[in-house]
Amino acid sequence: MKIQLRYFASLREALGPGEALELPDGTTLGALRDLLVARGGRHAEILARPRPVRCALAQTMADESTPIADGAEVAFFPPVTGG
Amino acid sequence: MARVTIQSGDFDLGAEVAALRAGDAGVGAVATFIGTVRDRNGGSSVSAMELEHYPGMTEKAIERMIDAAMSRFDIRGARVVHRVGPLNPTDQIVLVAVTSAHRGQAFQACEFLMDYLKTQAPFWKKESTPDGARWVDARVADDEALARWGLRAGNAG
Repeated sequence: MKIQLRYFASLREALGPGEALELPDGTTLGALRDLLVARGGRHAEILARPRPVRCALAQTMADESTPIADGAEVAFFPPVTGG
Repeated sequence: MARVTIQSGDFDLGAEVAALRAGDAGVGAVATFIGTVRDRNGGSSVSAMELEHYPGMTEKAIERMIDAAMSRFDIRGARVVHRVGPLNPTDQIVLVAVTSAHRGQAFQACEFLMDYLKTQAPFWKKESTPDGARWVDARVADDEALARWGLRAGNAG
């Protein structure tokens, strides 16, 4: 399946705005994070646990256990600090 | 009238409140909160701030927070304005305004919306300090504030 990955704030500065990715069906948000960490380099440094990273699926906050749907927009970003 | 606006420009409290309660004679109370940019944070002086958001998701997230406030409290209307982009100390950042028949529900819903927004709306602050620019860390106290409403934040912690 194809997904669109986006980064925000400190993750965007380190990794860029995001990328289109091809993933196995049923990949969860956590498994996607693992795949990115496995690339090594900046991705590993920025996304490795226990660094605080939050995720959104289809522009809604989601747990890492959530499976990604085909065509979905996925986002990784640091804890939010608005208000 | 839109309930949520994300904008780079400033907002006017008086105009926002007037629009929120216009024509509703059932309103007997208006509670508002304004967050502003401080010139100090974590022991450092702050000369400027940049606010980033997630266009689309930010608006949707706050709309859902207002839906939650409308079902949880006996309120008549709510309005959230949040600024993004470059800001300076003393600038206004965020407005939450709530109308209700009596003050108690308006006070509570206003605090609920701010507590919710702090940990669940995708905004990120970057401060300019004498040591350079730095992203602001999320505070555990903000997660605890949301927990008082029976909601788990899972943001800072």
